[in-house]
Amino acid sequence: MSATLAPPAPGFFTRAAIFARACVTGPLNIAITLACVALLVWLVPPLLRWAVLDATWSGTAAQCREAGGACWAFVREKFWFSIFGLYPYEERWRPATMIVILVAMVLASCQRRFWNRWLMLAWAVAAPAMLLLMAGGVLGLTPVATRQWGGLTITGIIAVYGLALGYPLAILLALGRRSDLTLVRWFSTAIIECVRGVPLISLLFMAAIMLPLFLPEGVTLDRLARVLVAYTLFTAAYMAEVVRGGLQAMPRGQYEAADALGLSYGKKMRLVILPQALAITIPSQVNTFIGLFKDTTLVVVIGVFDFFTTLRAALGDPNWLGFPTEAYVFAAGVYFVLCFAMSRYSQRLETTFRPGQR
Amino acid sequence: MAGVEPTAPAIGAGRAGRSALNILPRGASLRGILWQAVLLVVVLGLGWWLVGNAERNMAARGLSFGFGFLERSAGIPIGEHMIPYTPADTYARALTVGLLNTLRVAIVGILLCTVLGVALGLARLSSNPLLRALTGGYIEVIRNTPLVLQLVFWHALLLQLPSVRQALNPLPGVFLSQRGVKIPALVAEPALYWMLGALAAGAIGWWLLLRRERARQAATGERRPTILPGLAMLLGLPALSMLAMGAPRVEWPELAGFNFEGGLALSPEFFALLVGLVVYTSAFVAEIVRSGIQSVHKGQPEAAQALGLTPGQKMRLVILPQAMRVIIPPMTSQFLNLTKNSSLAVVIGYPDLVSISNTSINQTGQAIEVIAIFMAVYLALSLITSLLMNFYNSAVALKER
Repeated sequence: MSATLAPPAPGFFTRAAIFARACVTGPLNIAITLACVALLVWLVPPLLRWAVLDATWSGTAAQCREAGGACWAFVREKFWFSIFGLYPYEERWRPATMIVILVAMVLASCQRRFWNRWLMLAWAVAAPAMLLLMAGGVLGLTPVATRQWGGLTITGIIAVYGLALGYPLAILLALGRRSDLTLVRWFSTAIIECVRGVPLISLLFMAAIMLPLFLPEGVTLDRLARVLVAYTLFTAAYMAEVVRGGLQAMPRGQYEAADALGLSYGKKMRLVILPQALAITIPSQVNTFIGLFKDTTLVVVIGVFDFFTTLRAALGDPNWLGFPTEAYVFAAGVYFVLCFAMSRYSQRLETTFRPGQR
Repeated sequence: MAGVEPTAPAIGAGRAGRSALNILPRGASLRGILWQAVLLVVVLGLGWWLVGNAERNMAARGLSFGFGFLERSAGIPIGEHMIPYTPADTYARALTVGLLNTLRVAIVGILLCTVLGVALGLARLSSNPLLRALTGGYIEVIRNTPLVLQLVFWHALLLQLPSVRQALNPLPGVFLSQRGVKIPALVAEPALYWMLGALAAGAIGWWLLLRRERARQAATGERRPTILPGLAMLLGLPALSMLAMGAPRVEWPELAGFNFEGGLALSPEFFALLVGLVVYTSAFVAEIVRSGIQSVHKGQPEAAQALGLTPGQKMRLVILPQAMRVIIPPMTSQFLNLTKNSSLAVVIGYPDLVSISNTSINQTGQAIEVIAIFMAVYLALSLITSLLMNFYNSAVALKER
């Protein structure tokens, strides 16, 4: 009856009733429910009081301390700093434009109907354009040293360029690891295992400290470039294993059919095997990328000011001492939203790419 | 030498000429050999160029390659050391201290994250929707935020704890303060060793009994209880040891002056790192456990129920053995991840291997040597862990004909 009057409401109440009934089916279940409720009662009201009721949304540090709750005014004050870092104030439109282009490109790349040659071409144009926009020195833009880049901008740059540079390398390594040629297989395996077997920060240390030692005298590599070298290498090694999984999942018949058609190795891989192997592993690729995206925070150990490090640096402002929790909660929120969105996206793709259910 | 083949049109071709070329592996072709030769030349050339550069650069900085610096006095003050250490000791010893600190946090972390992860994984499969929702929310939040952030968060939280004098005392004998965590400690004396020995003997006895009874059941079908005699051994032997040698003493931490005395002290850095690693990794372990259990075909628990097995037996005899096969390989990589992630200790100042290596590099400039040492150590740790887990894996793997 109520279904005809207000369609969404009964759905909710019925669901709530089913939920509630499932909570009380037997003594053990009731005990578990009570324990959960007790936990919520213990945690939620104080958290709510801190985060919302007693919180200060705008004002000064003194007002924050007086109110006693969370100081979101601090996050508000430092918001743009956490996005752009120390990039010169009057030039901030450049990283802002870069972020807009980046977001647009990423969103477009998530649409399956755009997955074609044009998208690759667009990336090939956009990627260098974004870097030039940031660095300046052309078209009358004032040069800005990478030392002054920071914040969410640099997190985005490391993640996107690391993936863009690491992905082709990953495919090569994966093919190499499955190759018939013994030496090629050994080298690929050695690179993958050595990179995956050591902590990620040791690669960053290597890039930061050891790389300059191995370059010819007089050649210096920018610090951001060094970070990108390390990040590309570990993106490649981790992605290579995902791609290898896809290559192994291909039925033998596909390889044999391609051979029977007389395709060369290059054509066989490019036209038959890789398109299928990459497609079925897209969900795992996204999951690997989520892990790698979270790992961009590791650049803190060699002093690159990514989003999180910039926020931590903001904690040192003498006018705003003593609000680390707010900064960390804000940072966690931003990473959570981005990573959770990606993982939901990968789950959606999983339903479309699950083999045997197409 | 492969030139005896007239042409090598494609990889895998040239079967006809094989008899003349049986030193080469199956499918070897001129093109394949050429590619490998090119690769070898490129890699060797690159290596030669890099080593040459490094030699020139090190000479320019007055450094020479070698591990001699390990014998020099390090002068690094290290707050936490499991073996005696002073700043006057050598770099080799400082690095050993770092390695032991890494192992300590990794081993304790692996044990705790397994326990917590299994509990969370089972909670997420509970029939209670409230518990399921809470666990799910917790796992999603933990999995989708960076570990570095979590470590720094836990560290900041610990530093906000009250001073030593107002230390929190959530459990008897456990004190939380800015200086870290104090817990009761067992005093190392003969009574403790005797009791631990008796405990181990009891456990081995139970295991032997279990093996014998299992063999008997397989041979005769007769099932005899093992729990009571097993428990009797496990608890009885230590009780006997306590009667004979006296109970091991527990040292309780007590506030004396400005700090605690007695008991076991966990520094804020160690504790923050441990909590961070355990919380982070357990969320991943929970998902592995859940997917492992869900991978068991629905008919299996139904069949177990139809046979009249109790829920406990169903879990222990039917579901878990099958789930384990799915669980163990990814679990191994989580344990390895935890060990590798312990290197993030450098962010909160716990003196692990990487942190001490970093200081050593800054002091000596011997970057290549130190990085080579700790990379070799981590590779060895990875290999040992996966070797142990592979043994276990082959023990539980499906035995097929």
